[in-house]
Amino acid sequence: MKRNSVLELGVGLFMLAGILGLVFLGLRVSGLGVGVPQNTFTLTANFANIGGLRPQAKVTMSGVRIGKVTDIELDPKWFDAKVTMQIDSQFDGKLSDDTTAAILTAGLLGEQYVGLTVGGSPKMLHDGDVIHDTQQALVLEQLIQQFVSNMAK
Amino acid sequence: MIDRIAALGRGTLDVLMAIGRAGLFLVQSVFCLPSREGFYLWVRQMHFVGVMSVAIVLVSGLFIGMVLALQGYTILVGFGADEALGQMVALSLVRELAPVVAALLFAGRAGSALTAEIGLMKATEQLTSMEMIGVDPLRRIVAPRLWAGFVSLPILTVIFAVVGIWGGHLVGVDWLGVYNGSYWSNMQDSVDFVGDVLNGMVKSLVFGLVVTWIAVFQGYDLVPTSEGISRATTRTVVYASLAVLGLDFVLTALMFGDFG
Repeated sequence: MKRNSVLELGVGLFMLAGILGLVFLGLRVSGLGVGVPQNTFTLTANFANIGGLRPQAKVTMSGVRIGKVTDIELDPKWFDAKVTMQIDSQFDGKLSDDTTAAILTAGLLGEQYVGLTVGGSPKMLHDGDVIHDTQQALVLEQLIQQFVSNMAK
Repeated sequence: MIDRIAALGRGTLDVLMAIGRAGLFLVQSVFCLPSREGFYLWVRQMHFVGVMSVAIVLVSGLFIGMVLALQGYTILVGFGADEALGQMVALSLVRELAPVVAALLFAGRAGSALTAEIGLMKATEQLTSMEMIGVDPLRRIVAPRLWAGFVSLPILTVIFAVVGIWGGHLVGVDWLGVYNGSYWSNMQDSVDFVGDVLNGMVKSLVFGLVVTWIAVFQGYDLVPTSEGISRATTRTVVYASLAVLGLDFVLTALMFGDFG
């Protein structure tokens, strides 16, 4: 069997394109971060209702993305949702401990994300700390229910 | 009446025998020892089956991504949710359109060529002469083609998805003015690597195996006449397309149908 180097080069490039494409799908499309755990620190917050918040949702401050939600689970002690977030480490020790977290919605039908707002306390949040002042997700049905019951009065 | 019943029975037996031959054929040709010679044969087939299909996959991926963005934008902008465009384009491409459309194109572009090639080898008795000189045609002809199809369709699917997402970016962001940041960040928030990207890859692996299997078997099993070759080529495209669409439903139901 005679070898053909042009043909082998073509096949090699083809397979390389496949691998690079898969890397692109992983990093750019599905937002997998590889090997950068030391650049973030962890905060948790308990919400009464998370609405449609999902892992990988963004965490913003003044609309700027500063981290992402990594884990959501039910706190068995208080029966509310415990949301774990990874925040860019440049804010480690810069957010005051009365920072508030709210679950916001991008547009009317957009994805839900966590918005942080700093307070004025001199004490700062560090890795593993808990945000106590939270505002639950806006659930449209509850709003309408409140509106209707107010109308009836 | 008796003749009809007999014909029905014969037809059923023929179908069952064809399925049995196809199964034996797959097992005999896939499980053969790898060799240096076989590797070069495989590389050669990767060129004909995979590399030569890149052009059609690039062009159709680009246009499908562009059409998706255009159609999605006109629907989403009505809800004021045009930021969700990236999510829509990426999810529909990665989960569904890239594996299925790439497999259909692959059946038409590479599958029919495989059937015709092997069919002509059979009609001109090349396969028989190989057996005469002690070369196993399953190992020499069939196995490299099967493996090439099995490996190259997932790669083509990845290329299709990437080009499609880029095409969607071209129309959505550069032309229609969706904000670039929200195109990508919405996509990253909603696409899951294992649940979406890898499930799409599993689909295309299955499609690659089924399409190449059908193509190679139809070529190997045809009636060795010119009419037989033309029929087998048609059957390859028809059977492979139907198998891809049918299996796609089954696989989608298994992967995403869990609402319980």
